[in-house]
Amino acid sequence: MAIYSTNEFKGGLKIMLDNDPCSIIENEFVKPGKGQAFNRVRIRNLKTGRVIERTFKSGDTVEGADVVDREMQYLYSDGEFWHFMVPDTFEQYQADKNAVAEAIKWLKEQDVCTMTLWNDSPLSVTPPNFVELVITETDPGLKGDTSGGGGKPATLETGAVVRVPLFVQIGELIKVDTRTGEYVSRVKE
Amino acid sequence: MTNGWQPLCSLEHLRHRAQMLAAIRQFFAQRQVLEVETPLLCHATGTDPQLDFFVSQYHAVPHSQTLYLQTSPEFAMKRLLAAGSGSIYQICKAFRNGESGRQHNPEFTILEWYRLGFDLQQLMDEVADLLQTLLADRHWRVSKISYRQIFADCTGLDALVFDRQQYAACAVSRGLAEADNLCGDDHALWLDFLFSHCVQPAQDAQTIWLIYHYPAIQSSLARLNSQDQRLAERFEVLIDGIELGNGFFELANAAEQEARFDAEIRYRRQHGLPAVSKDQHLLDALQAGLPDCSGIAIGVDRLLMIASRAAAISEVLAFPLGNA
Repeated sequence: MAIYSTNEFKGGLKIMLDNDPCSIIENEFVKPGKGQAFNRVRIRNLKTGRVIERTFKSGDTVEGADVVDREMQYLYSDGEFWHFMVPDTFEQYQADKNAVAEAIKWLKEQDVCTMTLWNDSPLSVTPPNFVELVITETDPGLKGDTSGGGGKPATLETGAVVRVPLFVQIGELIKVDTRTGEYVSRVKE
Repeated sequence: MTNGWQPLCSLEHLRHRAQMLAAIRQFFAQRQVLEVETPLLCHATGTDPQLDFFVSQYHAVPHSQTLYLQTSPEFAMKRLLAAGSGSIYQICKAFRNGESGRQHNPEFTILEWYRLGFDLQQLMDEVADLLQTLLADRHWRVSKISYRQIFADCTGLDALVFDRQQYAACAVSRGLAEADNLCGDDHALWLDFLFSHCVQPAQDAQTIWLIYHYPAIQSSLARLNSQDQRLAERFEVLIDGIELGNGFFELANAAEQEARFDAEIRYRRQHGLPAVSKDQHLLDALQAGLPDCSGIAIGVDRLLMIASRAAAISEVLAFPLGNA
């Protein structure tokens, strides 16, 4: 794997740190006029999602991480693993609970998502920013209430629960922002 | 055609720079300090292992000669001082290889000046006067504090007494566990690390910080304190955690200067850094006699960053490196 010097650090670069694959968020060059130069780097651990800060001596090197993002289709779950496929090549991958984490609650079978692979093994799954899902359960709404004020919980076909306006009914298709978990709008079919 | 040809900073920033340069010249004219120019391309340059320089080749067929872009105009200005120039100042470009970031551009503008007969305290007062003049739109508190004191205030450690366990424990308590591995048994490196991570970010706003009496291991080109050899006659001026410049009661002893050059050249060789020869002209000038003086170099671009509340140096440069 490639070796990177601190001079090559930039947002998005994938490196190994403490044996975990990480992504650089921000790299700040810190140098006293008379003294050692440092790079103060904000890094996201791609396994845990945690963001940490770490300082390197300028010019130090670290090993790159073999991390790639690929578009995949979610196929099914066998209870223990979740199975995905690369549409062009039909290559299949099985991801465990840690890898699919919260993302899976936004995905139904056949949906396309982004799979992050580390050394060709599933590391994490990112759903599309917006998904459209059918409401399977929610309290009956109040007739004529279109304000959306207050809202109520609604369970979606994937099992995810979001807050929706009072006028939205069971069986309706809605659009949700997966980054915030918030209702966006109803979708006309 | 792309938009790449256009300047990155606003016209307002260009005007601001012009005004600041005019104000600096007026400040020194009033104090009868002479403006000078010295070459940016020289046969020698500083040996400081922490500064990487640009090397160029001068072709005078059939010969070729190595010339260095100066990391600061210090050596040439000291030759003028030794020749009897009296107090002098210069505004020029300086070049430092590999330095690029939010507060760094490899080519930048320096204001450097030397005051005959000034000790460190007098120069600190003048620096505070100048900054208050140039940044007159705001009220500034001036805070003079010794390095040892501010270091202790921010870290609880004694900067003059190196105790790796204590230093490492402090770093760990600040979430900087990597420091021990990074700095090891290098006291000077620990000081650089802790100062930039724990002291600089902790400084009060709206304050001109003048931090004096650096530990002797960070003396650079300053004299050691005549009463306490653990201290160097060096200060740093900072605003909002941004380092603006380093001032020295200048080392005038040719033998000591040569010894410091030799030590740095040795360090460069041991660590595989680019070789450089010592500036014999400077040593000869010191031999002839440098009058007692204090001097400082201030980064003009960073001053403009503070004046215009810019977050990055690239905002105050017409064409920063990526666009030059």
